[in-house]
Amino acid sequence: MKSLAELEKIQKDTYGEVALRLGDTEHATPGLKGNILCCGGTGCTSSGCQAIIHEMEAQLKAHGLDDKYKVIKTGCFGLCALGPIMIVYPEGAFYSRITAQNVKQIVEEHLIGGNVVKDLLYAETVDGDDIKSLQETRFYAKQHRVALRNCGVISPEHIEEYIARDGYRALYKALTSMSREEVIDEILKSGLRGRGGGGFPTGLKWKFTYAAEGDKKFVCCNADEGDPGAFMDRSVLEGDPHSIIEAMAIAAYAIGADQGYVYIRAEYPIAVQRLKIAINQARETGLLGTDIFGTGFNFDLDIRLGAGAFVCGEETALMTSIEGKRGEPRPRPPFPAIKGLWAKPTLLNNVETYANVAQIILNGAEWFSSMGTEKSKGTKVFALGGKIHNTGLVEVPMGTTLREIIEDIGGGIPNGKKFKAAQTGGPSGGCIPARLMDTPIDYDSLIAIGSMMGSGGLIVMDEDNCMVDIAKFFLEFTVDESCGKCTPCRIGTRRLLEILTKITKGQGTMEDLNRMEELCYSIKASALCGLGQTAPNPVLSTLRYFRDEYEAHVKDKKCPAGVCKALSHFEINPDKCKGCSLCSRQCPANAISGQIKSPFVIDQSKCIKCGACQAACKFGAIEKK
Amino acid sequence: MSKPTSVPFRGTKEQEAKLMEVISAHKNEDGAVIPVLHEAQDIYGYLPIEVQEMISEGLDVPLAEIYGIVTFYTQFSINPKGEYQIGICLGTACYVKGSGDILEKVKSILGIDVGECTPDGKFSLDATRCIGACGLAPVMTINDEVYGRLVVDDVEDILKKYA
Repeated sequence: MKSLAELEKIQKDTYGEVALRLGDTEHATPGLKGNILCCGGTGCTSSGCQAIIHEMEAQLKAHGLDDKYKVIKTGCFGLCALGPIMIVYPEGAFYSRITAQNVKQIVEEHLIGGNVVKDLLYAETVDGDDIKSLQETRFYAKQHRVALRNCGVISPEHIEEYIARDGYRALYKALTSMSREEVIDEILKSGLRGRGGGGFPTGLKWKFTYAAEGDKKFVCCNADEGDPGAFMDRSVLEGDPHSIIEAMAIAAYAIGADQGYVYIRAEYPIAVQRLKIAINQARETGLLGTDIFGTGFNFDLDIRLGAGAFVCGEETALMTSIEGKRGEPRPRPPFPAIKGLWAKPTLLNNVETYANVAQIILNGAEWFSSMGTEKSKGTKVFALGGKIHNTGLVEVPMGTTLREIIEDIGGGIPNGKKFKAAQTGGPSGGCIPARLMDTPIDYDSLIAIGSMMGSGGLIVMDEDNCMVDIAKFFLEFTVDESCGKCTPCRIGTRRLLEILTKITKGQGTMEDLNRMEELCYSIKASALCGLGQTAPNPVLSTLRYFRDEYEAHVKDKKCPAGVCKALSHFEINPDKCKGCSLCSRQCPANAISGQIKSPFVIDQSKCIKCGACQAACKFGAIEKK
Repeated sequence: MSKPTSVPFRGTKEQEAKLMEVISAHKNEDGAVIPVLHEAQDIYGYLPIEVQEMISEGLDVPLAEIYGIVTFYTQFSINPKGEYQIGICLGTACYVKGSGDILEKVKSILGIDVGECTPDGKFSLDATRCIGACGLAPVMTINDEVYGRLVVDDVEDILKKYA
């Protein structure tokens, strides 16, 4: 790729194929009647999208329609709860939870007959006889897609489709009309902050690495998305890998590097595969390699796979791991900008951070900083999960409230249950209670209420979740993932877990609560890296907002949510029990006895609290107390 | 960390030849150990001490360092896996939707704990980190097959398919 003309030619040649998806029928390739988009993200792949794609291709062929309809496997549409998903353009018909068996019907009724198959549509898009566009549904209406702009729109395995959407134009602009300082200045002015969790101003990081002296510099991308329940970075890599390659090339130009590494979790096979394809295509097209756009700028990119160590998401540990060693963090300073990979100045940004870069260069810093709050600009992608209707991926302007995300976009809590807490920031974050649901979400407001942005996992919990158990769950995670290098983290988190376990067993004392709090603050103050320093947050935030639950475990020996097994027991309600004996036959411990047709009784000394009886009872007579 | 296996090493000449190819392809690369370990595990299914020794010699890295890396990362296993590898996701989204109960059920049916393999070598069980299929929570994987939106009662029938 030596000139803009070459790039524009690819864009022009491909745009016709993409136009229908963008609502542009005028410029669509003549003869092309429609685009059929199937989500090929991890969620939809797990629920069988591959079989649907094959069936669709076979059906189109059988009906001689394969040159009139283009089938595209895209990245994530966001609404994972309804997967597998297929969207047919130009109508924009959003088919959800379909199977391969439904494909024939869609082809015959919709593509051939011209009637959208309403029964298979996402119910919210059906409005009497009309179909609403996706943008009018509650899930999408409040979203604003910047980092995810191409996810679910283009094929991630075809560089031409990315180029058709103005791809690599930002790189061209930076290389040919901006100085390195101007690029850095633009990022600084945009107010972009690190999306991996820390929230450090991205432009400053670039400036420090630019200013550092060194014969060799590196740019790295942190795709070691380890927070349980977070899948934003994976979705960007699966849906729009070229946006990361382009941004890393821009960053490399700005700081003066010619080699980059993407450190990605081995647990994300689809993302790894698509990134590999994308890198190869960029090399073949000449957008990676030497003399890019004829400017003399050289840049190449390699992938390094993680191997299942959460601590490697910490920047210094990540670089140690790229070097091929045990991924243990090292003390900072020196910061990676001065001494990073192989002791050279290194720039490390997160996937989602990079996903914003090309857009900022193209549209300008002012455009970006017009979105968001005073100190947190732009948008943020969240992975919504847990007890919520619309599980999936959402991107909203900073400053959107938790209530808007959970109630409007997320569609609220299923089964008529009550919202109890939202957990953000994974094992480093905290739980936000119902009374703070109107907090506008940005970096600083979340820290102020004892949680943190983290990478964007947002797990919703209802009244059936025990907050002590959740704190214990996260501590089990950090104990397991502590690398063992520094004592506060290695031993401190283990002591915390022991106390929590004691409490969930009903053996805790009020003094334990105080001791735990004290220990939390010591660990925060003395651990070596981010993992240890933030490990106590789940405990501190639950102690702060749900102290009554801790006290119920300690003082009354009760688990209000009925989760902690040692503190709950099963009882048979004699008014509901019909004496059918089903429960006693299911009981693995022979703890239930009685006479047929009169109420049965559970012998608490034998009961192992497995719940098999409750699952078996047809009359709802067995209650957990 | 799980205990080293007592299963004898049964590597073949073909596997060794493949490993040697991998080693020579990465030999002069910076930070080659982890990529080589990944590929070695693909070849052998696990990383017994015999394989670690070959890598140590081939890359000229002390065995202690190789062993230190293998035992640091959870994806590397020094024990063989079962014919069917079961993974129960214990990511937060799955956990709040009851994957802990699914795990208990699988344990009680197979009679093994996390990180272990049934004596006949058929099933091995792992509690995995978030696999990112949070929309399908709670999730269980058996080899490459993903089972989502599970309830405890589904488990027995699913396992029967593999028995």
